[in-house]
Order: sequence, then structure tokens, then C-alpha cells
Amino acid sequence: MEVKGDDYKVWYDPSEFTIYCQGSLRLAGTEEYAPIVQILEYVIDQAPQNVALNLSQLEFLNSSGINVLSKFVIKVRQKEKIKITVKGSEIIPWQGKSLKNLQRLMPALKLEWS
Amino acid sequence: MAQVFGEFTENFADRSEYLVLGFSPSSLPIQLRWKTNGLSADFLGDYVRNFFPGDTSANLTKQAEIGSAVSFIANELLENAMKYSDESANQPVNLEVHLFNDHLIFLSKNSVSPKAITSFQSYIQEIITGDIGQMYIDQVEKSVTNQEEEKSGLGYFTMIMDYDAVLGWKFEESENDSHVTMVTTMIQLPL
Repeated sequence: MEVKGDDYKVWYDPSEFTIYCQGSLRLAGTEEYAPIVQILEYVIDQAPQNVALNLSQLEFLNSSGINVLSKFVIKVRQKEKIKITVKGSEIIPWQGKSLKNLQRLMPALKLEWS
Repeated sequence: MAQVFGEFTENFADRSEYLVLGFSPSSLPIQLRWKTNGLSADFLGDYVRNFFPGDTSANLTKQAEIGSAVSFIANELLENAMKYSDESANQPVNLEVHLFNDHLIFLSKNSVSPKAITSFQSYIQEIITGDIGQMYIDQVEKSVTNQEEEKSGLGYFTMIMDYDAVLGWKFEESENDSHVTMVTTMIQLPL
């Protein structure tokens, strides 16, 4: 499953149970994020034991995107059986500031830095 | 009469280096204008980071952080201005960034629909007085159960929680048209 725009790509690799987000995500609100939300919902429906959200090549995320990822984390938490790891990059400044907020929503969420 | 909320400083422009971007009303459909938000925000980020020395690894990190923060905040301000301007008022959108040694000031100015003023101002009151960390959690939880919840406020929350930004707003009559209310949003970003 893959969604691609001019400057971003989001896809799920079922062999690694990993969702990848790359590039710059600054879409305009709920409607434009819907295809990405569909991928996230699909993963939640599959309910894998472990899932990774790999953001280590996500250069930019606007607040609508923060909303989408935050909601995803809440839905994972509600599933109870899914363990989630979020993979970030130390060299992308916004990630060091903002990814910790996802742990506020789900304290069991694991953050990994590369 | 102007109404001010939060931290709003006046009369600083003559002490700063600054840059102003102006967008005329409805010159492009919103989908096309949206693309200019990202381009403008990244431009401002690249521009501002050049004012900070980048000769050591610590300085380079700081430079990258400033560029990224400017890009995020400018993008959020432009997105909000495009989303919430009153198109029928036919007023321009302005974004200014002022540089000081230890902080930056962002100003965005746009029209606001008369119907939206009261709810916007009461929302601002919540942001000024509330526990932002808790508001972020509550807002996301609420939007999971209520799919209709379009307005998240997460841009403002992120600026405060992650960037230690200080926010203020001024509502006043438009200089060109006394029937139109303009809102200026001020973001003060410590460096």
C-alpha cells in the first residue's frame, strides 16, 4: 500500500510490519490526508503484534499531519495488543522536539533514534 | 477599538531586521495557494538561518533548529490565514518575520469572518489560560471519537509545547474597510 505526492511518500511494508513516511507532509486538512489515514486504518485492522512507524526520512510535518499521527497512536493504544515503535532521526530538528508528544498519548510507545 | 489577547508587543519594527510577505486575496484557488505556503515557509526558514553563524558543529545544529522552527511556524500561520480568512472581505494576508539577537517575532495578519470572532476569541482564552499539555491530549482523544472535529489547534499547541513560543492576538477594524475585522497573530520565539 502506497500513497505518493509531489514531495512525499507514505507506504506500509507488511513483511516488516512498518509504515514509512518520507519527504514533506503539509497537506490541507482531513480530506487530503484521507488516503494516508486509510493506510494507517488498514494496519490497525490487521492488528499485528508489533508495528513500527518509521519517520526517519520525514523532513516536515504540519499540524494536520501531527493530528493524523496522534490519532493513529491513540487508536493503536485502544487496540491494546499492538506494540508500537516510532523511529525518528536525530538530525531532523522537529522530530527531537515533537515526537515525545506521541508518548504522552501512549506511554508504552517506544521511541528509537537513528 | 482594538482587542488584544495574550502577549502582544507593539512598536518594535524599527529595531529589527525584517521580512514581509504579502498575498493578495483570491489571486489563486486555495489548492494552488496552499503550495505557496510551503514554499514561503521554507524560504523564510532558509533566510533566517543565514543570520546565525554556522562555523562549529554546535552552531550548525542551532542553525538547523532555527531554520526548522521558522519553517514550521511560518507554515502554520500561513495555513491558518488561508483557512480562516473571510474570503468575501477581499483583504490581503501578510506574514512578517522580525529578527532580534535572542528572539524572533512572527506576525500574520488576515481578515476574520464576523461569525467566527466570538468562538475564536473564547478558544484563544482557553489557550492562554489552560494547561496546553492536557489540552493536546484532550483534543486528540476528542477528535478520535468525533470525526467531524476539523479544527485541532495542534499548530498553536505545538508552538507552545515544543518551541516555547509566546502567543498573542490583536483584533481590529481593517484600515481599508471599517466593516471588516482583521486579526494579527503574534508569535514570539526565543532563540
